Amino acid sequence: MAMILNEEQNMLRDSARDFVSDKGPVSAFRKIRDEENADGFDKALWTEMAELGWAGVIIPEEFGGADFGFQGLGVVLEETGRTLLPSPLVSTIVLGSSALMLGGSDEQKSTFLPAIAEGKCLLALAAEEGAHHAPYGVETTATADGDGWVLNGNKCQVLDGHVANQLIVSARTSGKGTDRDGISLFVVAADSDGVEIEALSMVDNRNASNVKFGNVRLDAGDLLGTQDKGADILDAVLDRGRIALAAEMLGAAQQVFEFTLEYLKERHQFGQPIGTFQALQHRAVKMFGELEICNSVVMEALTAVDEGRDDMPAMASFAKAKVGDAMHLISSEGVQMHGGIGMTDEHDSGLYLKRARVAEHTFGSSAWHRDRFATLSGY
Amino acid sequence: MTDQEQFRQETRDWLEKNCPASMREPMSENEIVWGGRNAQFPNPDSKIWLERMSARGWTAPVWPTEYGGGGLSKDQNMILQSELKRINARPALFSFGLWMLGPALLEFASEEQKLKFLPQIVRGEIRWCQGYSEPGAGSDLAGLQTRAVPDGDDYVINGQKVWTSYADQADWIFCLVRTDTSVKHEGISFILFDMETEGVETRPIKLISGSSPFCETFFRDVRVPQSHLVGKLNAGWTIAKRLLQHERTSISNFGAVTGSEPVPLEFVARNYVGTNDDGKLADASLRERIVTHRMEDLGFQLTLKRVALEATQGSGPSAASSLFKSYGAKINQDRCELTVEAMGAQGLGWSGDSFSEDEIAATRQWLRSKGNSIEGGTSEINTNVVAKQVLGLRDHQ
Repeated sequence: MAMILNEEQNMLRDSARDFVSDKGPVSAFRKIRDEENADGFDKALWTEMAELGWAGVIIPEEFGGADFGFQGLGVVLEETGRTLLPSPLVSTIVLGSSALMLGGSDEQKSTFLPAIAEGKCLLALAAEEGAHHAPYGVETTATADGDGWVLNGNKCQVLDGHVANQLIVSARTSGKGTDRDGISLFVVAADSDGVEIEALSMVDNRNASNVKFGNVRLDAGDLLGTQDKGADILDAVLDRGRIALAAEMLGAAQQVFEFTLEYLKERHQFGQPIGTFQALQHRAVKMFGELEICNSVVMEALTAVDEGRDDMPAMASFAKAKVGDAMHLISSEGVQMHGGIGMTDEHDSGLYLKRARVAEHTFGSSAWHRDRFATLSGY
Repeated sequence: MTDQEQFRQETRDWLEKNCPASMREPMSENEIVWGGRNAQFPNPDSKIWLERMSARGWTAPVWPTEYGGGGLSKDQNMILQSELKRINARPALFSFGLWMLGPALLEFASEEQKLKFLPQIVRGEIRWCQGYSEPGAGSDLAGLQTRAVPDGDDYVINGQKVWTSYADQADWIFCLVRTDTSVKHEGISFILFDMETEGVETRPIKLISGSSPFCETFFRDVRVPQSHLVGKLNAGWTIAKRLLQHERTSISNFGAVTGSEPVPLEFVARNYVGTNDDGKLADASLRERIVTHRMEDLGFQLTLKRVALEATQGSGPSAASSLFKSYGAKINQDRCELTVEAMGAQGLGWSGDSFSEDEIAATRQWLRSKGNSIEGGTSEINTNVVAKQVLGLRDHQ
């Protein structure tokens, strides 16, 4: 019965929807943007979200979480996606806490997870090194030194990098080029000597950073998981990120579709609503259909994570590609169908268009994931 | 044990005893049992299977027992269907009577008509065809011109139908006729008659695929008793629309019903275009389009599953189901196009020893699939309906 929400998840959806429409509407995002809030999100609101249990939504109860699983998380992300509400949900909760839960030692888990669940510790994953997604293209090195390592290299597109307390960094401990083997993950305090973080200004106004590591000293206890086998964790973490992001994108696309459909009914030209024109009707139906399909795909993908299924990687690529394409279509149609007003900063369409392209790119584009899906399917 | 568990156990036991082993094998299109006066059975087991299933009313599990149905509740029927699926049982009967006419009769027919026609449908004794489209009434079906004029206790019917599926093999027809020429939708009636009646003539239409599943059907002074009119005079359009809903559902499910899984496209492509050293299909463009298609198909299958689950939760038919017909059509057409493209020249043969049976079949299926977005209402009309009924967009003035 995983394709439809259970009672608990429905309640979570209702409370998330109420909370987001009350405290985090699109105007809240505009305020953060226009006031040039250096944090890139509302810290006080994040504290409230944590109090609602959202920061610990996928964290086990023994570490202070709510243990609602990814289906619960997906419900929340769809709602924050609807209003473009920025928060550390993806960087800290999806990526950070997943990395710790999947690869962390007992000590790492008990050190960080309870603080994450309380909303008091922010994490960021520093894995990308170029303009295009390439998780194995790691040139950052961790060179053995005594019983620890010395970290050197440059990372980019680090989500929430400049506000994070801890960075999870992929670095090469052996191998070369795009070898999957030889990558290791480390937990690095953001205020360590030699860490330099530069916040980027992105088109969607979400947080992303470039991070430089210059002779950063790492202890034995900073390794996350097994040396040289970091890609096993990294892949699983990224797949969770892809599925979570698909849920967020689905919420955003749904929202654009709904307000665009309303506009088709309201806006009159030639003496009638523009939604009476067949050229627009058929494109509206296309959007509706794609959303229905995406809804099923996202539900199935979230379930695949919770059930620990073997096809989770394929489902992640499927969901990211499918929802990415739908988001691309709907965010573009949102602007076009609004005509001139859609081109203005005052109207929300453009905000969703900008968010769409960044989200489509993040953790691999639709084309990247189609290629991966085909490879995983054996062709 | 709950009632449901008990019903499942009894059903499982009965199927175990009564479903012949050969009826648990995948079937091809020419093994389908359509029933009727001249019923053809590909093997003796398929006759036994039909007799046993229809004796329990399980060819129409949820129809009331007084009309020969199984009298099962929705839940019981779900159990029956899952038990049939569990043993890969073939459908005992394919029938327009079961899928389209029966549900409409249950809703609109007189008691006398129900008692006469429904049990025959359950038992597969009468094969029905559908007299809807006409040369001048396709997407605009309500523009139909076939006339039924009262004469004593009869109607006299004159006109022509087209795209009548299997009319040359059908025993009876359910037919839309014009009984009032002064109005459009409100002048249509729904009537039933025997195809052996004098004045009925059928001519098969040869399609681009070479097959002839459809006919032109002509009526010249065909006399039909007035008692064969279903529902009220001039109220046939309501019945017609309801029946189209059933038809659209059955077309989108047709592939699933036959239970024959087509060979996955990627296997075909690997055979015909080969792979690079890294195992990827050698034709990168074809590979990209195959994976896009596979995702569309999987997304569609997941949505069918989700909507079926939602239906069991009693939340009513999902808005998504309105899309099944046009999505199902597109996905099947894309699959056929990609299959033929992957085969190259081998996918474009018509006959002869230079082409394998599978290759010829793929070519014919590709041609056949072009009808998917036309039959049962074009995809464009389906899209209009969704825009209006689901999205609430109004007609252009």
